[in-house]
Amino acid sequence: MTSLTILETGPLATIQDAGRVGQASLGIPTSGACDRASYALANRLVGNRDGAAAIEVTFGGLVLHADADLTIAITGAPCPGVPLNAPAVIRSGQVLRLGPPRTGLRTYVAARGGIDVPPVLGSRSTDLLSGLGPAPLTAGQTLPVGCSYDVMPGVDLAPVADPPAGEVVVRVTPGPRRDWFTDAAWTTFTTQSYAVSSNSNRVGVRLDGKPLERARTGELASEGMTLGAIQIPPSGLPVIFLADHPVTGGYPVIAYLTDPEVNPCAQLRPGQPLRFI
Amino acid sequence: MRILPSGDHALLVELDTLDQVLGYYTALTASPPADVIDIVPAARTVMVTTSGGLDALSRALRAVTPADGAHAVGDLIELPVTYDGEDLEDVALVLDCSVSEVVQRHTGEEWTVAFCGFSPGFGYLTSSATWDIPRRQSPRTKVPTGAVALAGEFSGVYPRESPGGWQLIGRTDVKIFDQERDPAALFHPGRRVRFVDAGRG
Repeated sequence: MTSLTILETGPLATIQDAGRVGQASLGIPTSGACDRASYALANRLVGNRDGAAAIEVTFGGLVLHADADLTIAITGAPCPGVPLNAPAVIRSGQVLRLGPPRTGLRTYVAARGGIDVPPVLGSRSTDLLSGLGPAPLTAGQTLPVGCSYDVMPGVDLAPVADPPAGEVVVRVTPGPRRDWFTDAAWTTFTTQSYAVSSNSNRVGVRLDGKPLERARTGELASEGMTLGAIQIPPSGLPVIFLADHPVTGGYPVIAYLTDPEVNPCAQLRPGQPLRFI
Repeated sequence: MRILPSGDHALLVELDTLDQVLGYYTALTASPPADVIDIVPAARTVMVTTSGGLDALSRALRAVTPADGAHAVGDLIELPVTYDGEDLEDVALVLDCSVSEVVQRHTGEEWTVAFCGFSPGFGYLTSSATWDIPRRQSPRTKVPTGAVALAGEFSGVYPRESPGGWQLIGRTDVKIFDQERDPAALFHPGRRVRFVDAGRG
């Protein structure tokens, strides 16, 4: 069987696919790749079927050894030292070393055939919140590569822009609990420049800035929340829900990211400025 | 009933009571609108996510006629419980009764899984009796797998070891969540549960 071996993981590397869809009523989060566009592109570039598992690398640092000839593609945050946004063949015995990305946070490594670890509840994704799926990758681990795929695409290089380095501006729509906040708070929310907190992870992007003022007191009964929800905990500082977000949450959701903005938010680095409009 | 916005792919239906949520959820899952991905009930809301358009979903959600007597429609399971929880006496104090009466009340009526959340397979169970149990002042950092607990109007069983602030009244050996099993989650919204006294451990 074809395989690859992880020599170093960097800060965090996990296996991700399209996630555990349609099980939220059982309390099972979707999880899956944080930047779905980059993940899907990596799979397409090597002719993988939709939903094949890839490696999500957080801030570079992954070193892997090809145990056989492999066709791979690397997308998302651009790491130096490896081919980007294009299919590439690495020979048996060759070592691939991902440097720290020039911009962005998460890089996707797809191998033709997909990472073929056993699925859990229909997905190979590591869910860091619920503990479902494989554990985060560790050095020395050998990952099987599957053998089911489609024809290779006739593409040499996908023309995609790198994630931006400076301030990111994302569109939002009012959420179900917009009325829990004063109009002044909404204005603050949609005008101030937040800074991405270093406490951010696959569950959510936490932001630092001026706290938002609530229009009412009291507690919210926990309610269903989905990808891109912007929750305001008692600190008044927003948390944007990413892939490993819980199925329900107990803090009011002031707004949602519009759909295309979820992937760019998954590429935000600690300290990077972010504005909502 | 109010329908609240929740991004490009979901709507949140807000209702007045948990019973209304159960009735609405029961009717909605019996014939889900086209393109629906998830239907997530909670204490006062039902969130519906879709791969289709929100206008069509909104129309479909407004057309739902809530089911009556939703408490009695799910399948029934019996869960043997050893009632030796660390907070059993505190709960008896809150209810102003004896420990054995707490057990009698807990086993004496049918519970319904109103909704799930917190962690995979964690069900919030309600009964027709009135329970109003405060959470513990300080949550435990570790509640063992299978702990049977009370908080507010709900009873629950911890599917795996986790932190938790509910009052522990007993434990069960039945696996509430097992990712190797199909279905993995024993509790799903609408399921009826009867707790059975398995005797002191």
